[in-house]
Amino acid sequence: MDGPLPMTDAGTGATRKRLRARASSLGERAVELLLLCCAAISIVTTVGIIFVLAVETIGFFREVRFAQFFLDSQWTPLFIDKHFGIWPLVAGTAMTSAIAIGVALPFGLLAAIYLSEFASSRRRQLLKPALEVLAGVPTIVYGYFALVLVTPLLQALIPDLSGFNSLSAGIVMGVMIIPMISSLSEDALYSVPGSLREGAYALGAGKLPTIAGVVLPSAVSGIAASVILAISRAIGETMIVAIAAGQQPRLTLDPRVPVETMTAYIVQISMGDTPHGTIEYKTIFVVGATLFLATFAMNAFSYQLRKRYEKGY
Amino acid sequence: MATPKHLQDRGKERFLEAGFRLLCAFAVLLPLSLLALLIGDLLLDALGRIDLDFLQSYPSRRASRAGILPALVGSVYLIGLTTAIALPVGVAAAVYLEEYGHRSRLAALIEINIANLAGVPSVIYGLLGLGLFVRTLDMDRSLLAGACTLSLLVMPIVIMASREALRTVPMALREACYALGSTRLQAIGQVVLPMALPGILTGAILAISRAIGETAPLIVVGALTYVTFLPDGPNSPFTALPIQIFNWVSRPQKAFLENAAAGIVVLLLVMLLLNTVAVVLRARLQKRA
Repeated sequence: MDGPLPMTDAGTGATRKRLRARASSLGERAVELLLLCCAAISIVTTVGIIFVLAVETIGFFREVRFAQFFLDSQWTPLFIDKHFGIWPLVAGTAMTSAIAIGVALPFGLLAAIYLSEFASSRRRQLLKPALEVLAGVPTIVYGYFALVLVTPLLQALIPDLSGFNSLSAGIVMGVMIIPMISSLSEDALYSVPGSLREGAYALGAGKLPTIAGVVLPSAVSGIAASVILAISRAIGETMIVAIAAGQQPRLTLDPRVPVETMTAYIVQISMGDTPHGTIEYKTIFVVGATLFLATFAMNAFSYQLRKRYEKGY
Repeated sequence: MATPKHLQDRGKERFLEAGFRLLCAFAVLLPLSLLALLIGDLLLDALGRIDLDFLQSYPSRRASRAGILPALVGSVYLIGLTTAIALPVGVAAAVYLEEYGHRSRLAALIEINIANLAGVPSVIYGLLGLGLFVRTLDMDRSLLAGACTLSLLVMPIVIMASREALRTVPMALREACYALGSTRLQAIGQVVLPMALPGILTGAILAISRAIGETAPLIVVGALTYVTFLPDGPNSPFTALPIQIFNWVSRPQKAFLENAAAGIVVLLLVMLLLNTVAVVLRARLQKRA
């Protein structure tokens, strides 16, 4: 049937149908399928990650009871007296991440406020990418900074600081993730409509009360999304902690002593020659699975929050 | 005569505001100056070690003789292979999502998935590479296994940048193609992709400079730390710049730390070079378009 098309259908629907008819040649269809396969690789990647982690994790729990993993307070898979309590590694990760967020949150948030509320648009265009350079420097370089430059500096202030410690690693990691918080928070602050600010000014509020009472609360879900993303990044960060925080899993809240994070443990085992199929080999996948679950939960949460503020005002 | 009360308050407010503004500016400048300071110190440490010999030598047990040739060559191979894999696949995925899949449920699923993958820690990609490429596909601890792992790692960057670039091509151009009787594929191949090229290339170079600094996934996949030969093909064992730097940083002797500093300077120079190329390329292509 090739009658005159109704006007309402003249747009996308009919165009698409006609294009489809034109593209009937086998070649065009084949290319479309090929493109789809490329796009589907991302799904295969996710499935692959989950599959690889799950297989070895199941293998691990065939040999180690759940109670040994969740209730023991020691992690010593390389010793003769093996213990598989995950908590020391979790504690190490939590320590370094908390210190990093302690640094990155105030700096990132104040920087975001400066860029969005105070800086001229020229200065903003210059400073925002400049801050993002901080996140572009390879983490191995930050690891070097933490071990060789920052730790000795801190040792001058805190005499009994160990050569490997969570303090220095955490601080340097904090500097690295400042742009994660500043950039995303700035986006959230900047997208608060000017009319809200003007309303506050019209009511006689000054600039500071406007920022504190109107702009920040309006942007709070965007800011929270950025912070959660930053925490997830800190938990997964590997080289800084592997170089500067040490390789001694221990359950402690003392930032001056060596600890080991989940990521650093994976690196430590990978540096050695661990044969496939041994329990040591399986431990890195169990630790990886724990890490994956933690970061995945945070990323998903952050994504939801961001969706909420992107919906607009 | 005393200043009226409301003007006094106004003055105090101004003062507070100026103080807060200064504090905020400080929060931007302090991290930046800290980075500048650290890099300055790094350069001082590296100065004594960087010369042609350093670039042309193999690692050695004696720090003063050690060089980064195998690491540098390994990184170049790795980046070449990674680009060859990630760029075509990533661009193809972006083309599908932007030009074909638009509102389908599958496309939405893939989109959320890519956003999630971008947040997976890089060391997890290393575990994937170890389980999938090294063991299951039997690539062993080779350059190819490393490159495949890095490709998956940077794929979200390539896809997101390419989609952004494709989106900037006006719809009217596609419609003009269709009006002239071209198929969708012809429109994409001859009009849309060339227009989007500067954006795609910028994304590619961003992805490469991310890949070149990645350490953790390569360690997990099994890059070697002491290599005294050059890789001779994709199946060869390998090392890379960041791995060599990590090896030197992990040693207690000060002389090796200087090597690490010199290695870092080389790494940062390569990244700077790549980014400059990206900026220049982009400017050129945009002028032409």
